[in-house]
Amino acid sequence: MTGVFAAHPVPVPVLALGDVLLVTLQGELHDGAAGQLQHDVARRIASGPAPVGGVVIDISGVDIVDSFLGRVLAEIAASASLLATRTVLAGMRPAVAITLAELGLTLPGLVTALDVDAALSLLDRAPSPVPPAHPEEGA
Amino acid sequence: MHAPLVPTTRLPIGSDVDLGWVRQQVRQTAARLGFGLVQQTKLVTAASELARNTLVHGGGGHLEMTLLEDGAARGLRLSFVDAGPGIRDVELAMTDGYTSGGGLGLGLSGARRLVQEFTLESRPGQGTTVTLTDWVAGFPSARAGSP
Repeated sequence: MTGVFAAHPVPVPVLALGDVLLVTLQGELHDGAAGQLQHDVARRIASGPAPVGGVVIDISGVDIVDSFLGRVLAEIAASASLLATRTVLAGMRPAVAITLAELGLTLPGLVTALDVDAALSLLDRAPSPVPPAHPEEGA
Repeated sequence: MHAPLVPTTRLPIGSDVDLGWVRQQVRQTAARLGFGLVQQTKLVTAASELARNTLVHGGGGHLEMTLLEDGAARGLRLSFVDAGPGIRDVELAMTDGYTSGGGLGLGLSGARRLVQEFTLESRPGQGTTVTLTDWVAGFPSARAGSP
């Protein structure tokens, strides 16, 4: 939460976990990095090296979500959805949830999960690269 | 590491990096004053909304952060000051969903809900000052912003 403050926005890494893209947001996210992230995710879905089965955005390390970041998250999910890919927002802190509700930013279009494991289950993906045994299960 | 408590701190708001710095300073100051986690989160979120308004709509400006003491009560006052175009219709700008900047239109109205006291002064052509005041919970304080 504290520490050296980067003068230049550091891009947020987008990791592949099996066929799921995992984005982990930490601490401060500069506006420029947020916009870049949206591009990176859409590009990876549309023209990445492998088909993408879902996107998980882990915000357990984020201590505030304001309306700008909320809009970025909603737009990442919306553009992924237009590219036939589901997004799950994982790990929102309770204080952030309370604040967003009071702010009036309830992000109705976003699917949420309490942590990354739960998000992967929602996407019907095991954390390890095991092929799905029950293709009929899940949402 | 911690600066000593001084009455008023002035922080520039001129870039998105400054927004991060503002959030961090407000967070640290609120924590030091004894604000609880939820109240800190609300205050920092409100500060982030207003600092972005100062940057995007006001063309930049500054934050004045003042520590308050009223008897045993401790509070924090944040004034976001710009010399930008001002707000022509304050009532409209305070409406949920009203936006002039491509956002969600929750900045001003949402920030007002997150804090105990909220005032907005604006004159077309001369700029805008938005002031938030929050008292450490546990001490009686009227929620002046709500009827």
